[in-house]
Amino acid sequence: MTEIICAGFGGQGVLTTGLIIAHSAMMLGREVTWYPSYGSEMRGGTANCTIKVNEGPIASPYSKAPDIVCALNAPAVDKFEASIKPGGWLFVNDSLVDKDRVYREDINVVRVPMSEVAIECGNPKGANLVLLGAVAAHTGLFKLDELDEQVTEYFARKGKINPKNSDCLHAGARL
Amino acid sequence: MAKELMKGNEALAEAAIRAGCRFYSGYPITPQTEILEYLSWRMDEVGGTFVQTESELAGINMLLGAAAAGARALTSSAGPGFSLNQEGISYLVAADLPAVIIDVMRIGTGLGDIAQGQGDYWQLTRGGGHGDYRTIVLAPASVQENCDMMETAFDLAEKYRHPVLIASDAAIGQMAEGVNLPELREHNIDSFDWAVRGCRHGDAPRKIQNTYYTRPDYVEYLRDKYAAMDSEQRWESYMADDADVVLVAYGISSRVAKEAVNEARAEGFRLGLIRPITLWPFPNRAFEECKNAKAYMTVEINILGQMADDVRLAVRDTRPVDFYGTFFGLPESDVIVEKAKAMLEKEGK
Amino acid sequence: MKLKAPECVFSSAGFCPGCGHGLASRLVGETAEELNIVEKLVTVVDVACCSFNIDYWNFDTIMAAHGRDIPTAVGVKHVRPGCPVLAYMGDGAAYSIGMAETIHAALRNDPVTVIVINNSVFGMTGGQMAPTTLPGERTATSPKGKDPARYGTLSGVELLKGMDIAYLARAELVGVGGMAKAKRYIKKALEHQLNGDGFSLVELLSPCPTNLNLPPVKAKQFVHEEMTKYFPLGEFIDKGGDK
Repeated sequence: MTEIICAGFGGQGVLTTGLIIAHSAMMLGREVTWYPSYGSEMRGGTANCTIKVNEGPIASPYSKAPDIVCALNAPAVDKFEASIKPGGWLFVNDSLVDKDRVYREDINVVRVPMSEVAIECGNPKGANLVLLGAVAAHTGLFKLDELDEQVTEYFARKGKINPKNSDCLHAGARL
Repeated sequence: MAKELMKGNEALAEAAIRAGCRFYSGYPITPQTEILEYLSWRMDEVGGTFVQTESELAGINMLLGAAAAGARALTSSAGPGFSLNQEGISYLVAADLPAVIIDVMRIGTGLGDIAQGQGDYWQLTRGGGHGDYRTIVLAPASVQENCDMMETAFDLAEKYRHPVLIASDAAIGQMAEGVNLPELREHNIDSFDWAVRGCRHGDAPRKIQNTYYTRPDYVEYLRDKYAAMDSEQRWESYMADDADVVLVAYGISSRVAKEAVNEARAEGFRLGLIRPITLWPFPNRAFEECKNAKAYMTVEINILGQMADDVRLAVRDTRPVDFYGTFFGLPESDVIVEKAKAMLEKEGK
Repeated sequence: MKLKAPECVFSSAGFCPGCGHGLASRLVGETAEELNIVEKLVTVVDVACCSFNIDYWNFDTIMAAHGRDIPTAVGVKHVRPGCPVLAYMGDGAAYSIGMAETIHAALRNDPVTVIVINNSVFGMTGGQMAPTTLPGERTATSPKGKDPARYGTLSGVELLKGMDIAYLARAELVGVGGMAKAKRYIKKALEHQLNGDGFSLVELLSPCPTNLNLPPVKAKQFVHEEMTKYFPLGEFIDKGGDK
């Protein structure tokens, strides 16, 4: 079982990032749950979603101790860093979070300059894909090529085909 | 067919379409509004009718007209709006009309709040409107079950000529899971002779009204009908047969309870779960297999432990029944295990 | 009015002597026969006095919850667009408990025909005050007469006048002339539905001798002389017609 939380401001594509993870894992034959922040949690303009990925059935869709947290802003780090399992992963949006920030020593922290890399790839809207590329490269949740395939499929189902999405994933994976 | 990743509410809506539902009338209220939003465009695609009504009262009564005309008709609401649906549900029951009504439960009394809750259990299972009735209530615990239950709901509604309720909750409605969607089917509005359509010369006109006015055997008819519906008990039993303490939970709470069972079993504590799939008829028969149970505990998102009464009746008070209820927060699996252990300590000796 | 009773109306024996319901019920039947829609028409009747029609008409009929006749009729119409659908209710249903339903069906221009029997009181429950009760009118809940300072008198037709609907008219179930107009309006309302023009509503001012505590003739006088002051007669909307 892998438990992932994506968190950030509303409008940063936090929920979509989670949906892409859930969709990709589902297409690769795994059981998934995707659960959005909801109700009172949504107040204050932050959004988050919890994704669980498992080979077998998933009981609760909630996560108390995630393996992976994707924090797209500083409040997201504040909120979820402490809950990460020892040895787990924290992916931080380096474009928005203070570069001098000090993190827990028993987790792996990966700083991803999401916006800058996406712009370099000529696809400013692909910042979340840069992050996902980094997640794939570091955590083993997905192989990069299978994630690439599923991301293409995800957007194809929505009628959006953009070869530069793949560039963002690969650029993220190289970080 | 490939799996789809769908939100629970959207899955209910799509499954309704696939079950042959071509009529929806309802009013927006969180957390069920995705059902309206989805059907507002999807009904167009399949040539069905979507009406956003001025209130839940109009919604349920428009549904009554559609059901009387022979359609597979659906409405949905949540908490406060579901209270307004009750008038029409009572009339649907009285007139022997099949229909499906979804309550995506939220939390609290009055306006309450939009967070996930299970506070409508009594209203759902006791016959929430005026008069003397109950309705079959199906409680999905996953997005896949949302899909699978919709056709079951319409089938049961037509089998008994009686409305069927679906008790979902905000969590099951908002979460997304992979689902296999059922095949698309059409429903023939002329399937039932009782449906209004205009009376041919020489025929007796069809009258949709309270059967009390027309059936000399009204009382016996209803007693038989409810007795027959009692045979529809459905449940999932999860490691309950040898459990020392048996949890009873439905919907989103059952998902957390199942996790608690897994955690308890990992440390050698024999915890089990009965998950009612029909809230009414309550699955009394499920408890026959709990041969080792010393105590029962319901896990619910409400303050008063609304389902505990039904468990007490099901086990005829032979064992203690307690509840772990939360409000504006979710049940926690480790708290469940802790409380279940405490019950066993107290009762096991 | 025809001398031969329409075949699709079995009876009106349950209505009180001098009540307008029996007349309205018969006019609906005559109109249905003249329009040749007897075998297609679906009617929705309100509870109380209106509900007697379910046993008097030879139409497929639904007895709706009080004041919910219009949405019920709209539900039928969506499922059976080939059936003309007529909702039959009193003023309490249309303008009190079911006001939201009336206004919103008009706002959507739902293609159903509504007949409102306005007798200025709640009939079956024993003559209580309604929104249509006239100022000073004594009822079971305004024993000293309706106090205009506390309760207004509502004309549903006035409210609907500004809406984009197919047909709106009011007649009185009094006298040969009144009956002829009432029938003409009901027929036009149904014709508009058959033409797919949208929502049509005909209000019929109707004597209720029992609850007005008046002999039938005086009850008719009350309708003709008093009610028409507050509820003017005529056709108010006739889409594509001569108004």
